[in-house]
Amino acid sequence: MERKPARLILENGEVLHGISFGADKDSFGEVVFNTGMTGYQEVLTDPSYCGQIVTMTYPLIGNYGINRDDFESIRPYVHGFVVREFADYPSNWRNSSDLEDFLKKYDIPGIAGVDTRKLTRMIRMHGTLKGIITTSQEADEVLIEKVRQSELMHDQVARVSTMRSYRCPADGPNIVLIDYGSKQGILRELLQRKCDVTVVPYNVTAEEIRRINPDGIMLSNGPGDPKDVPEAVETIRELMGEIPLFGICLGHQLFALASGADTEKMKFGHRGSNHPVKDLADGRVYITSQNHGYSVSEASLAGTELELTHVALNDGTVEGLKHSKYPAFSVQYHPEASPGPEDSGYLFDRFVEMMVKNKGVKQHA
Amino acid sequence: MPKRKDIKKILVIGSGPIVIGQAAEFDYAGTQACQALKEEGMEVILVNSNPATIMTDTAMADRVYIEPLTAEFVSRIIRQEQPDGLLPTLGGQTGLNLAVELAEQGVLEQEGVELLGTNLSSIQKAEDRELFRALMKEIGEPVPESEIIHTVDEAIEFAESIGYPVIVRPAYTLGGTGGGIADDRESLIEIVSNGLKYSPINQCLIEKSLLGYKEIEYEVMRDSSGNCIVVCNMENIDPVGVHTGDSIVVAPSQTLSDVEYQMLRSASLKIIRSLEIEGGCNVQFALDPNSYQYYVIEVNPRVSRSSALASKATGYPIAKMAAKIAIGYTMDELKNPITGQTYACFEPALDYVVTKIPRWPFDKFTGANRKLGTQMKATGEVMAIGRSLEESLLKAVRSLEIGAYHLELEDVEQITAEELDQRLTAADDERIFLVAEAFRRGYDLDRIHNLTGIDPFFLYKIEGIIKLEQTIKAGRNNDQIILPALLKQAKQFGFTDRKIAELTSSSEEEIKTLRKQWQIIPVFKMVDTCAAEFPAQTPYYYSSYDEENEHESSDKKKIVVLGSGPIRIGQGIEFDYATVHAVWAIKEAGYEAVIINNNPETVSTDFNTSDRLYFEPLYLEDVLHVIEAEQPEGVIVQFGGQTAINLADGLARAGVKILGTDLAHIDAAEDREKFEQLLESLNIDRPPGKTVTSVNEAVKAANDLGYPVLVRPSYVLGGRAMEIVYNEEELLHYMEQAVRVNPQHPVLIDRYLLGTEVEVDAIADGENVLIPGIMEHIERAGVHSGDSIAVYPPQSLSDEMREQLVNMTEKIARSLEIKGLVNIQYVIYHNKVYVLEVNPRSSRTVPFLSKVTGIPMANVATKAVLGVTLPEQGYENGLYPEDRYVSVKVPVFSFAKLRRVDTTLGPEMKSTGEVMGRDRNLAKALYKGLIASGMKIPMLGTMLVTVADKDKEEATSIIRGFYDLGFKLLATEGTAAFLQEKGMHVTRVNKLREGSPNILDVIRTGEAQVVINTLTKGKKPERDGFRIRREAVENEVVCLTSLDTARALLHVLETISFAAEALPDRQSKERKEMAQYV
Ligand SMILES: Nc1ncnc2c1ncn2[C@@H]1O[C@H](COP(=O)(O)OP(=O)(O)O)[C@@H](O)[C@H]1O
Ligand SMILES: Nc1ncnc2c1ncn2[C@@H]1O[C@H](COP(=O)(O)OP(=O)(O)O)[C@@H](O)[C@H]1O
Ligand SMILES: [Mg+2]
Ligand SMILES: [Mg+2]
Repeated sequence: MERKPARLILENGEVLHGISFGADKDSFGEVVFNTGMTGYQEVLTDPSYCGQIVTMTYPLIGNYGINRDDFESIRPYVHGFVVREFADYPSNWRNSSDLEDFLKKYDIPGIAGVDTRKLTRMIRMHGTLKGIITTSQEADEVLIEKVRQSELMHDQVARVSTMRSYRCPADGPNIVLIDYGSKQGILRELLQRKCDVTVVPYNVTAEEIRRINPDGIMLSNGPGDPKDVPEAVETIRELMGEIPLFGICLGHQLFALASGADTEKMKFGHRGSNHPVKDLADGRVYITSQNHGYSVSEASLAGTELELTHVALNDGTVEGLKHSKYPAFSVQYHPEASPGPEDSGYLFDRFVEMMVKNKGVKQHA
Repeated sequence: MPKRKDIKKILVIGSGPIVIGQAAEFDYAGTQACQALKEEGMEVILVNSNPATIMTDTAMADRVYIEPLTAEFVSRIIRQEQPDGLLPTLGGQTGLNLAVELAEQGVLEQEGVELLGTNLSSIQKAEDRELFRALMKEIGEPVPESEIIHTVDEAIEFAESIGYPVIVRPAYTLGGTGGGIADDRESLIEIVSNGLKYSPINQCLIEKSLLGYKEIEYEVMRDSSGNCIVVCNMENIDPVGVHTGDSIVVAPSQTLSDVEYQMLRSASLKIIRSLEIEGGCNVQFALDPNSYQYYVIEVNPRVSRSSALASKATGYPIAKMAAKIAIGYTMDELKNPITGQTYACFEPALDYVVTKIPRWPFDKFTGANRKLGTQMKATGEVMAIGRSLEESLLKAVRSLEIGAYHLELEDVEQITAEELDQRLTAADDERIFLVAEAFRRGYDLDRIHNLTGIDPFFLYKIEGIIKLEQTIKAGRNNDQIILPALLKQAKQFGFTDRKIAELTSSSEEEIKTLRKQWQIIPVFKMVDTCAAEFPAQTPYYYSSYDEENEHESSDKKKIVVLGSGPIRIGQGIEFDYATVHAVWAIKEAGYEAVIINNNPETVSTDFNTSDRLYFEPLYLEDVLHVIEAEQPEGVIVQFGGQTAINLADGLARAGVKILGTDLAHIDAAEDREKFEQLLESLNIDRPPGKTVTSVNEAVKAANDLGYPVLVRPSYVLGGRAMEIVYNEEELLHYMEQAVRVNPQHPVLIDRYLLGTEVEVDAIADGENVLIPGIMEHIERAGVHSGDSIAVYPPQSLSDEMREQLVNMTEKIARSLEIKGLVNIQYVIYHNKVYVLEVNPRSSRTVPFLSKVTGIPMANVATKAVLGVTLPEQGYENGLYPEDRYVSVKVPVFSFAKLRRVDTTLGPEMKSTGEVMGRDRNLAKALYKGLIASGMKIPMLGTMLVTVADKDKEEATSIIRGFYDLGFKLLATEGTAAFLQEKGMHVTRVNKLREGSPNILDVIRTGEAQVVINTLTKGKKPERDGFRIRREAVENEVVCLTSLDTARALLHVLETISFAAEALPDRQSKERKEMAQYV
């Protein structure tokens, strides 16, 4: 089958040529790269990528197809997918459909045949870039200009968070999971630990949560700039100290803001399954799965009640925090893995222990 | 944890000679380790018996011992040196086993030496199948249903309880020695009785068959504070059942979802933690293609062939890091040397596909059993990198140097349908080509999948290559050769111009022109461990038909050195040794050294050996692309063995400057006719010979020359298909069986001169000629120079003879205007010197000679090539003063791994490696050499003799020698009678056809410790001689097929043991005297 030519046009004026696959439509977004060699299905369905055009640095994508189990949310939120080569003949016992059908089904455009390493190097040097995937005939200049004019979205969390609360009953600790764009993985890990989880929308109020009277609050991952969701920060600030907290990724950043620290945009962020993080308590290094474009600025911790617990081994950025008074901690990376190393799952156990202990304390009081 | 302060002096054990299953990768690992330790200010003591290694260069360690790797010798070194620690995990299985032996003997404890990296119990837990299984059970990692057995009966009992087929795997052996798959009772009995012999602790594992599972490997590292990382995972294209060393392997895994990837990753980390390994470790899994079910196949608690591959595939220097971890560092304290700014505690991300294909010795051993199984047979491997699997695979194929420049074999279309199906089912060395052939014949993917068990993902890629061939063919029409888009796709698929030209019935030149015209040229991308997330500092490149070129040239003058490709019989690690030294010399001389090579096992492809490394096929088209990118002063071809020499012509024709001896003169040495003219003009003799183009001519020529004659086809190098024939019958047989003779493929017939063979390596600068040394061979000409024991300095050559050799060598070197190295083989016959061949390049003996003479030959030669004369380098003309010590180079064979290969020494090279023995006199040197080569020297015992009639007379004195030393003699009828005549007591044993107990039983039951067997004419395997020799190999009985070797062994024994002799008879005289007084 003859495929349409497609272009990826970037704000820095670069134009990358390739062929169109998946949905045939133009799509705008922030272009980022992920260095994971496996896990494209999880990446595509991780709500944290909402509004972004993702390129995988590994050149062969789609090898093992798409299966029913490895979704991190009910649908993909990426705005586009850029690969060197996609597999039109995937092979894996769980495979039920292929990458292209999947993208078509969810109306997501892809571009293949691109020198993704060139693109990655560009992003490394310039930082993340606004870009558009197009199959149109429009002149490069016109589109470059269009890309430069267009604004990145700020309402991703609202788009990906659940509309209504829902509950997954179990006989363990009662947890409220605030969904800023939560990956299934977080829920999975909590349920595995017998937690009784109530998933609530990002804009839930402190009052609503108090009514549920949970043993702990899980702040999920999510897309974009934490400063785009001040209401979430507000809720957390109110409940801190009152109910044990565990924040992941965006949840970690919101927790930091709520505690008076500040966040900043990174040049091109951390996205992949091979990021070493040092636990300052015991000096151990964990290989972690990461996906974030913003980070908590270490300098801003001064004067807050936050303690730095984890740092990125390579660039020293903040990867973990805990509150010096309250039962509350957070990590920038993804202990729920999927995709990525399972080394940090123990953090969920820590969370559960924290809640149990806290309960004990309460009862004695 | 920072570096340990309590450790200052470390003993590193190398892996000894190159054998199948343990090749150059351990020189790479050992060299990296030594460098890393010295970097840290450690005092490094190195022991290795293999002189052909970079690690045994005196510069690599504070003190280097080239001694046998036996507990006895190493203990001696330990007592002398008193090291604080011993690093056992870098010398392969040899180093590991030796360390265990030393520990168990208590030597380490006595001398207060600590095992670094991985402690004894961890090693045992990983290596001893029983302990290992116990541990796996304990930590809940699945291992296939199996049972440890110590006898054949136990084996049968268990096998029949779980049902055939079953896998037999001996404990503590390497490359699967003695193992195999048993489909029924007989094969089980055979394999097990073998396996028990090979296992140093007489233990075998009988195991449920996992044939057809995916075979996946993980390379893992751990440090003392428990940090663990996965450096790389790899997927075997050949499913479980074919040894990983014999499998085509890709990195990273291609068909594993993240869930499966992480499942096996977590398992690997769990295992390395439970073993408390501090350093590198290799974990092999079998994964059910249809479920999450997996099994742990084995763990190697050390660096391995796979870790070398993983290092080259990712850029992550496992051995270097392992060494630093062993002295206390944790990975978060170590920088990733590739980026220079990130840390070693991370997991490399690849943005390319790596393919490894093994290189098998079946081109040499045409009679060998080519089937692939659980026992490794490959001597080496090639690796290729591409942005697509197709590109990576096809690059690897043409790196193999088996004459294939595409996924296609010559004459493959002649294979019958049923043969094709058989060979797709039972893997052999050519299966990947047969898969392609099957697609060409229209087999559908499912059928091939059912036959081979290869994952559809890979089959689909191969099918894609075949489909593209057809599209290109179809696209050809009168007005255009090929469309630009299609040409581009073909190049991105890794097709060579040659193949495209073939498909479009055009010429390679035309295709090249079109590419240039359409700007379809490869770019060079970097291997940087991090998929471009961080800037990389180490220029390690591969080519690809992609968009962005990352190659950064500098304005410094550059010299390109061509490597020698995969390790194979006849072209081993010796050539990598020379290549590396050339690179270093070039740097010293102030140029940038650029290397092109495709062998992942070697030091030359270590990213910090050269200024720029190109991991590319040594195929003209690919080499030219690198040269176009680099614009070097010129290319040096004399260190990369025949591989590089063979490229010289094409390079020159493309206008590339060949540095060193020029093409015309290379040709004058390589081309038989020109060479003969040259010798004539110098009036130097060569064995009288003729070139014939028909059987009749051959017969006539042989009669004129007089038998015995040595015959070989002119179109293959390296002693292949070379035979000594003693009469017309044999000649005719040879002409029919061994070669196809016709005007295009003439056959060369030489008078066979049964003389002393001498080898000389010389260095020349175009005018001055330095001869570092002369080597005399123990075995007479007729045994390939690579297979005979070489002695330096010569022991039996008169000064006049030395004179003569020196003069001839100088004459030849001068007339060939040699710039750099030249290797000349002579035979001395009736006190007359004849030249056998001249190799205008570095040779197999360069490392050995460099080490024993102390002249860094490759270095000096390179400088000479770059225009620094020998006098300027402080060397004089002529023969370099000889060492007062005697050094021997003893060949090492891998016959145990190669079923059905005849072990007789002849003009075809068969050895895979070498060791060195050096001492005050020949006997001592030989003793060390033979021990180091793995020979169990029998001090006493029984000797089985079966010598061909032609050798009987000569054999007498040798056999008498052993007899006088107290050896009991066994012989078959003829020989027995003959020896009795000579007055020796001989016990007669039955020939095969005389029924058992026969000669084979004698060997099998270990009744004889030495066998002397000389070749009775004809090579047909069913001959008794062949069976005897094989039986000896399978039973690890010393088997001498050359009387010269036997004489040498006798010499050794005579000097180290005593003969029992009665006093001469004086009694009668005494009696007379007494009588007088009575
Ligand atoms: N249970 C099994 N069934 C089938 N093949 C097996 C089994 N176990 C091992 N093998 C094959 O045998 C090869 C060699 O086994 P391994 O334990 O790795 O020995 P070695 O120490 O020689 O590497 C493996 O690479 C695998 O392909
Ligand atoms: N005319 C000859 N007489 C005796 N032995 C010979 C003769 N020609 C070759 N040989 C033996 O065969 C071996 C291989 O021959 P050579 O020409 O060196 O081939 P290669 O290229 O394999 O080194 C030599 O090492 C020598 O032992
Ligand atoms: Mg193995
Ligand atoms: Mg030779």
